[in-house]
Amino acid sequence: MILDGKSPSGPLAEKWDRRRQELKLVNPANKRKYKIIVVGTGLAGASAAATLGELGYNIEAFCYQDSPRRGHSIAAQGGINAAKNYPNDGDSIYRLFYDTIKSGDFRSREANVYRLAQVSNNIIDQCVAQGVPFARDYAGYLDNRSFGGAQVSRTFYARGQTGQQLLLGAYSALSRQIRAGTVKLYPRSEMLDIVIVNNEAKGIIVRDLVTGRIESFAGDAVCLCTGGFANVFYLSTNAMGSNVTAAYRAYKKGAYFANPCYTQIHPTCIPVSGDHQSKLTLMSESLRNDGRVWVPLKKGDTRAVKDIPENERDYYLERKYPSFGNLAPRDISSRSAKEVCDEGRGIGASGRGVYLDFADSIQRLGEDTIRERYGNLFEMYERITGENAYRQPMRIYPAPHYTMGGLWVDYNLQSNIPGLFVLGEANFSDHGANRLGASALMQGLADGYFIIPYTIADYLARTEPGNITTEHEEFGHSREKIASLTDKLLSIKGDKTVTRFHYELGRIMWDYVGMSRSEKGLNTALEKIPALRAEFWKNVRVTGQGHELNQELEKAGRVADFLEFGELMARDALERNESCGGHFREEYQSLDGEATRDDQNFSHVAAWEYKGADNAPEMHKEPLEFENVELAVRSYK
Amino acid sequence: MNLTLYVWKQKSKDQPGELVQYDARNVSPDMSFLEMLDVVNEGLIRENNEPIAFDHDCREGICGTCSQVINGIPHGPQERTTVCQLHMRNFKDGDTIYIEPWRAKAFPVIKDLIVDRSAFESIIQSGGYVSVHTGGVPDANAIPIPKEDADISMDAAECIGCGACVAACPNGSAMLFTAAKITNLAMLPQGKVEAKKRVCMMTEEMLNQGFGNCSNHYECQAACPKGIKVSFIAKLNREFTKAVNIFSEPGE
Ligand SMILES: Cc1cc2nc3c(=O)[nH]c(=O)nc-3n(C[C@H](O)[C@H](O)[C@H](O)COP(=O)(O)OP(=O)(O)OC[C@H]3O[C@@H](n4cnc5c(N)ncnc54)[C@H](O)[C@@H]3O)c2cc1C
Ligand code: FES
Repeated sequence: MILDGKSPSGPLAEKWDRRRQELKLVNPANKRKYKIIVVGTGLAGASAAATLGELGYNIEAFCYQDSPRRGHSIAAQGGINAAKNYPNDGDSIYRLFYDTIKSGDFRSREANVYRLAQVSNNIIDQCVAQGVPFARDYAGYLDNRSFGGAQVSRTFYARGQTGQQLLLGAYSALSRQIRAGTVKLYPRSEMLDIVIVNNEAKGIIVRDLVTGRIESFAGDAVCLCTGGFANVFYLSTNAMGSNVTAAYRAYKKGAYFANPCYTQIHPTCIPVSGDHQSKLTLMSESLRNDGRVWVPLKKGDTRAVKDIPENERDYYLERKYPSFGNLAPRDISSRSAKEVCDEGRGIGASGRGVYLDFADSIQRLGEDTIRERYGNLFEMYERITGENAYRQPMRIYPAPHYTMGGLWVDYNLQSNIPGLFVLGEANFSDHGANRLGASALMQGLADGYFIIPYTIADYLARTEPGNITTEHEEFGHSREKIASLTDKLLSIKGDKTVTRFHYELGRIMWDYVGMSRSEKGLNTALEKIPALRAEFWKNVRVTGQGHELNQELEKAGRVADFLEFGELMARDALERNESCGGHFREEYQSLDGEATRDDQNFSHVAAWEYKGADNAPEMHKEPLEFENVELAVRSYK
Repeated sequence: MNLTLYVWKQKSKDQPGELVQYDARNVSPDMSFLEMLDVVNEGLIRENNEPIAFDHDCREGICGTCSQVINGIPHGPQERTTVCQLHMRNFKDGDTIYIEPWRAKAFPVIKDLIVDRSAFESIIQSGGYVSVHTGGVPDANAIPIPKEDADISMDAAECIGCGACVAACPNGSAMLFTAAKITNLAMLPQGKVEAKKRVCMMTEEMLNQGFGNCSNHYECQAACPKGIKVSFIAKLNREFTKAVNIFSEPGE
């Protein structure tokens, strides 16, 4: 099937206005008759729930943490883009649009990306009005910093805690609506299934994580805002609870999963220190503004930093990409780090690491300036590694971080299932094959504050409110299915722990579906993953009971989904016979090792449809048409 | 290194709990405290025992989910560090470590080391926001804000809402938490409009939720993993005095 993204027609700059004119509205007096279920209260979910609540809809919001303030958006450090052009350095909506499309290696939808750049400015205004304490200059105006993949300073930030401050802003707006009674919040609740009635999304099944009860919730529409799936790699910069479960179970109910192979491996994370490692910690990309990345020129050089003279260091990003240097985009920086480590020039005990060196900046700007800019990051680095980065360079290595792929949505953020909307990292919409730094926060808030309020009304206006209740048999079926899944997990009583299975899956994914992929490796993954999954269902040990707080059971459900989803990722990566953005296929590279796209055959979104446990999924294509930008070789040299 | 742990085990809110002894073997100094507990739990599961339940999510010191009292100190011995960021190089071979949940009237235990912090939610819901709707706001640079004020606001806004301040306080007071939110907003022009109402509502809700009062022990500041300062409590008191004086004028 050829999918239609339903982008509006007309000139790029007028598309969103045009669509807003076309969309139906819901009469103010009728809004409260509609119930909208919002799953996830990170930036996307909290901003959506708060805004829809303000408009007068009835909202039920769910998250697995004990508070919306703990959604993983909280961990974003570096900043959020907007095309304000306050520094007067040549930025514009068009430039932000172009940088985002280019960074995504021309694999995203033009109209979506342009809209994102358009609303970026409203986001900053909104956040300031909420009391988000962005960084300011001495005149009292907002300050900006630069980020990878851009030659202008357009990134707004709040020290090294931008995500935290933006989420607290959205959380405060949400709290205000909870107080006002328009939003009812269900924390410590995990969505385990979506309920589809007559091919429309009409509710969800949730496990209360405290009592273990499986409960039904009916609504007139469902918004999934459940974040990304980088934890399929076991080690990633995501939170321990980040999962693919909500999105994957929607996929199993018929929602298409788009571009699952597009994953972003972030170049600046703290390297793995041992087998006990449970997660990886990001060191904000903003550090690359003032840090220089290098490895020794010689292989196997184990000398201390101070003993390696300047001319025996290879500042490989500055050498290979002189115009962007240390601010080369993420996919390119990560792959370059892997290359130099594969050559045997990596640093640290494992040889999987490169230096991020602040010595020059400290000399130029003074330690105080560096401390002012990145103090909390340096502290965090020291707590984890025991090393002082003012005195010696940081050691960094790439780590799984963000997933551009996600549930397929049209321009209105609606999936192929009417009534099911997907926002934030959980959808696939705006970042193509590689996300530009500082634009995930922007996208989550754009979706929640400024897009969904318009587009969901168009769906609701065509729907009778409250026509489906939890009495409907689909709810019963779904509950039974979830209950029997729980029973099954608890009854296997094998002898390998859930974490062990997750660890082994992560190894397969990292080795064969990670930073660089090949046909042979992907085929290996496609053999190993089903074998591991079969073993899981025979031999996993899940302790405790279903009707109680049971963290092992929670993990088991998530890992069971990753064990299926990993296969879909590998399949998608195998199907895409080109290299683009974060998807690097070894067979498709230029002589100097750069990714080689195949626009002739792969300028499309690959959206996968579930066809049952025993059948291969079917791929549908959404052709990507570019009316305004010329597809170019992405060069940062 | 090898360690002896005494961990609070409690099946549910209504059942009594007790300290149970566990051994942690072959602990590497590079492990985080929670990774040490992961290893203990993996061992317990292999022996078919219930693992220790504890709250955690980001494991990078920012979400505020992790919450353990280690040897009597919320978040353990390292200053300005959450449990998830505490590394085992802070301990030595043969150490005995006591691990307990937050203890406060307003934070009932749910299971083992997991407590119910919804009382914090109620405090924020009572007024921890600027009442602005989405859309229709002025340009972000329309109102310049002195850098010093923005910086103080940000110092306060760094609170991660973990609740260590409450756990550390002999009165189980939530003054530091509440003061941080009050200061964050009171320092900004956007927050000033509702400042008086906010401080009254939030302090009242704090008391309604069963948090104690502040009697200047400063244990909260010592335990805070983000270095939130008690001077913000002074700010709260000042905001409160200003508000009450106005509110008690004739006609109020
Ligand atoms: C360490 C780190 C640093 C980053 N830095 C930046 C940055 O500087 N700039 C930038 O633009 N982006 C950054 N990003 C990316 C960005 O933070 C995320 O992409 C974005 O915040 C995702 O927001 P979200 O609302 O989609 O999802 P999340 O914030 O992850 O929220 C997911 C929500 O869904 C809920 N949920 C999940 N599964 C379920 C379920 N099954 N049932 C019920 N609820 C569920 C969770 O409880 C949570 O509320 C960073 C990401 C990381 C990991
Ligand atoms: S787990 Fe997030 S702060 Fe410790």
